[in-house]
Amino acid sequence: MSEDFVRRLPNSGFSFNFSSAGRNAFHLDIQMLLLLVLIIGYGLLVLFSAVDQNNAPVISQLTKISIAFAVMTVMAQISPIVYLRFAPWLYLIGVILLVCVAVFGYTVNGSQRWLRIPGLFSFQPSELMKLVVPMILAWYFHDRHLPPKLKHLFWAGIMIAVPAMLIARQPDLGTALIIAASGLIVLFLAGISWRYVFSVLGLALVCAPALWFLLRDYQQQRILTLLNPESDPLGAGWNIIQSKTAIGSGGLFGKGLFQGTQSHLDFLPESQTDFIIAVLAEELGLVGVLVLLILYLLLIGRGVVISVQAQDTFGRLLAGTITFTFFVYVFVNIGMVSGILPVVGVPLPLVSYGGTSILTLFAGFGIVMSIHTHRRISL
Amino acid sequence: MAEPLALKDHSGESQVFFDRIVLGLVLLVIGLMFLAARMFYLQIMQHDIYTTLSDKNRIQVQSVPPIRGLIYDRNGELIADNVPSFSLTITRERVEDLESTLKSIDALIGLTPEQIESFQRRLSRRQRPYEAVPILLRMTQEQIAQISVNRYSLPGVDVQAKLVRHYPHGDLMAHAVGSVRRINEDDARRLDSVAYSGTEHIGKIGVEKYYENVLLGKVGYQRVETDARGRIMKVLDSTPPQPGSNLTLHVDSGLQRVASDALGDRRGTVVAIDPKTGGVLALVSKPSYDPNLFIAGIDHATYAGLRDSIDVPLFNRALQGQYEPGSTLKPFIGLIGLATGATTKEFKIEDPGWYKLPQNERLYRDWNWKKSGLGGHGLVDIEKAIYRSCNIYFYDLAVKLGIDRIHDDLALFGFGQNTAIDLPEARNGLLPSRAWKLGSRGESWYPGDTVNIGIGQGDILVTPLQLATAVAVLANRGGAVTPHMLQQSPLVPNVNQLADVDLIPAHVWDLVIKSMEKVVHRGNQEFGENGTAWAYIGRGIKYRMAGKSGTAQVVGIAQGELYDAELIAERNRKHAWFIAFAPVDDPQIALAVLVENGGGGSEFASPVARKILDYYLLDSEDQVASNE
Repeated sequence: MSEDFVRRLPNSGFSFNFSSAGRNAFHLDIQMLLLLVLIIGYGLLVLFSAVDQNNAPVISQLTKISIAFAVMTVMAQISPIVYLRFAPWLYLIGVILLVCVAVFGYTVNGSQRWLRIPGLFSFQPSELMKLVVPMILAWYFHDRHLPPKLKHLFWAGIMIAVPAMLIARQPDLGTALIIAASGLIVLFLAGISWRYVFSVLGLALVCAPALWFLLRDYQQQRILTLLNPESDPLGAGWNIIQSKTAIGSGGLFGKGLFQGTQSHLDFLPESQTDFIIAVLAEELGLVGVLVLLILYLLLIGRGVVISVQAQDTFGRLLAGTITFTFFVYVFVNIGMVSGILPVVGVPLPLVSYGGTSILTLFAGFGIVMSIHTHRRISL
Repeated sequence: MAEPLALKDHSGESQVFFDRIVLGLVLLVIGLMFLAARMFYLQIMQHDIYTTLSDKNRIQVQSVPPIRGLIYDRNGELIADNVPSFSLTITRERVEDLESTLKSIDALIGLTPEQIESFQRRLSRRQRPYEAVPILLRMTQEQIAQISVNRYSLPGVDVQAKLVRHYPHGDLMAHAVGSVRRINEDDARRLDSVAYSGTEHIGKIGVEKYYENVLLGKVGYQRVETDARGRIMKVLDSTPPQPGSNLTLHVDSGLQRVASDALGDRRGTVVAIDPKTGGVLALVSKPSYDPNLFIAGIDHATYAGLRDSIDVPLFNRALQGQYEPGSTLKPFIGLIGLATGATTKEFKIEDPGWYKLPQNERLYRDWNWKKSGLGGHGLVDIEKAIYRSCNIYFYDLAVKLGIDRIHDDLALFGFGQNTAIDLPEARNGLLPSRAWKLGSRGESWYPGDTVNIGIGQGDILVTPLQLATAVAVLANRGGAVTPHMLQQSPLVPNVNQLADVDLIPAHVWDLVIKSMEKVVHRGNQEFGENGTAWAYIGRGIKYRMAGKSGTAQVVGIAQGELYDAELIAERNRKHAWFIAFAPVDDPQIALAVLVENGGGGSEFASPVARKILDYYLLDSEDQVASNE
């Protein structure tokens, strides 16, 4: 029975398989895995400093990473064909869950983002959508001629807009924008005509003043604060002033690991989560930041190679989108902490404290690895 | 799935995808380079700016206030001390719900609405986050205990200890030493904010004010590293404060006590000076007030009570009170008259009880004038004119001297000017002259004005300090005296410092001083022949005292004051003066006593003077004997 099963789906079982150039154990991509371990290790070092060298939060984070690693391994075992087949169902479930959040979800800090299954766990369906939206679009374009026609773009737009708007009204504008961005990345990679790209950009520029009035007060405030943090140095501007101070005072080589005054004297807010890059910049300087950026670039590079090597449209679009979306996280987080983007709650991928973000990212990389290790031909 | 796959242009799609992903990668690398450039800008180009900001965040320069210098009396007794005072403070940022915290504190130790209101005011004035703002000053031990026990439920509420001024003698020394007050907003604008950082009080009155710079000390600093909540993590370096210098005054708190007790409940003032040094031995003004009330911040009702009291306890009568000298001026007029030859030892007048200027119907009466015409002192020479305090003799003498002579020579004794050094509240008094009258009233000087000056009435005003100073000069037989409080040198000289009075020959001093001795010691004579003070204090004195009584008219009642008829009558009574120095052959102490609305000077003021002199000159056994 089991042997039959293994024979029919040769690349989906839990067996050693060195057939794909001998690099994939458990369908994991060794190069990507190595880069992930390097970034995670580097991040844990910074986190250890950010939590004032307490062991407990680091151990807690390691536990979460282990779970995420297990999830990644599982995701890597599942063949891309399965993802392709189940993509519409996952999308449907995701949208239903988002509707449930709007109806039954509970509120934390003024935002209704969470679904709680009493006695078991709580989770954010919006996290699921970070993977499902690229997946559904990749599924949609997989069967169609590319570059996409206007009609197909319309439906793709609907597929992006429904979850994005549900998430935006939680309100969680940051996640909504990132999910929308991931959808747009699919369109971009699918070869959407430049005509459409520029007309959408132009339209966005024209509508920008109108969009301003759609923003909530605190969202407007965040943008105003970005433009002039000194207008309210003890209030809204505090975070950004303190993070820029932490970064700037780090200099070329930093104040030394565990020596950051901004973070250890509590001037830097959210130093373990969203603003952790400021701890890195303060203690290890520009050199430390560049090391992280290079590691990120290598990881992204590996993702790009995988997506180029993918054998079908679904795999290409999904792997490419997951890779580029990862970059969007990096850019938005560092841009926000260094004061060139408004403050939105985006953690620094693989480094910030917290399990949800790591779990989603590892799941995504698991899918990328699956796409790579389930190819029919080795290149 | 097979059908659409067959129609797809796989290699074309791959090519488009490849182009796009390469383009995406280029954009992504540009994005990462942009981030790196941003970091370069912050960390390299603006590194210095942010290093400064970071240091400003964590390094606070805290001032360490110096300990105010102590003040001792001549016997080494502390008269201005520093004691720890505990205040309750609230750090706004550490309090979750201010309203409920205030309620909890109120439930524990009770807060008045006034205290809460001034706390809110201070809270709105604070200069930086995490600054602890006081809500209750001078906590009792019980309050400290109540708060300490419940501290766990009151985050952000702290008890802070500080050294504050304390006057152990309370109201006794208030007018002699002065006092400190809390620095108010006006002061804060005026003061050097560096020198006074961390200091809450400033000398506002008296010695405390005059020697503020010396007493204050020098502020110290410490550079501390604090966290965002303002908690000190470590002290980086520090410059300790230099405590203010201690002062020793001439004042004798025992003598001060005796003088105060001798005045009792009456309003009045005593100034005693050591003629050899000019040091002020006692400076009493009654009623007084407890200066400790002002240190923690006085409540409004108590302050209003002091300020509006008809007895003006905040008013320093010894320095600021300006009274007619009355007959106490007579010895000085006598000295001038004898020295200038306007009168002689032998010259006598016949005193009918009144005096008239030529071509003038107005009667200037003697104090014992009677309608029957039986008053007067009979045949009076300078000696009797002093010990019997004969007005007629001095009316006559004053007219002979003329106002110009009187003005110029009285000025030699310090009248009409402030000659004190470290008594900042001292006033000038008023020594009238032709020029003064023309200037202030636009009238010329009349002979009648001179007549009144002869007996210390009319326009002339003296402060008790001035009069005591003049007595000291007299006791020194012309040796100049500069009244001052501080024993240590160097003293800053006063611009009005007196010169020795050398125009008066020795035999004139002898004569006038002998006459003043008789005021006290000439007794057991027939009616109208005893010294005016003898009956009250002249018996059993173990030393020789020279004195002179006086009575000052109460010029008027301050406008707008309303009080009942009995009080008006009481407050319209004349002020009783007595001046004295002793022992006559080696004067150790010179003084002026004023009892407000006391009546006759001999009867009411001289016993006060006697008690003070007894205390100062006799050892304790003799005092008991002379009191019996």
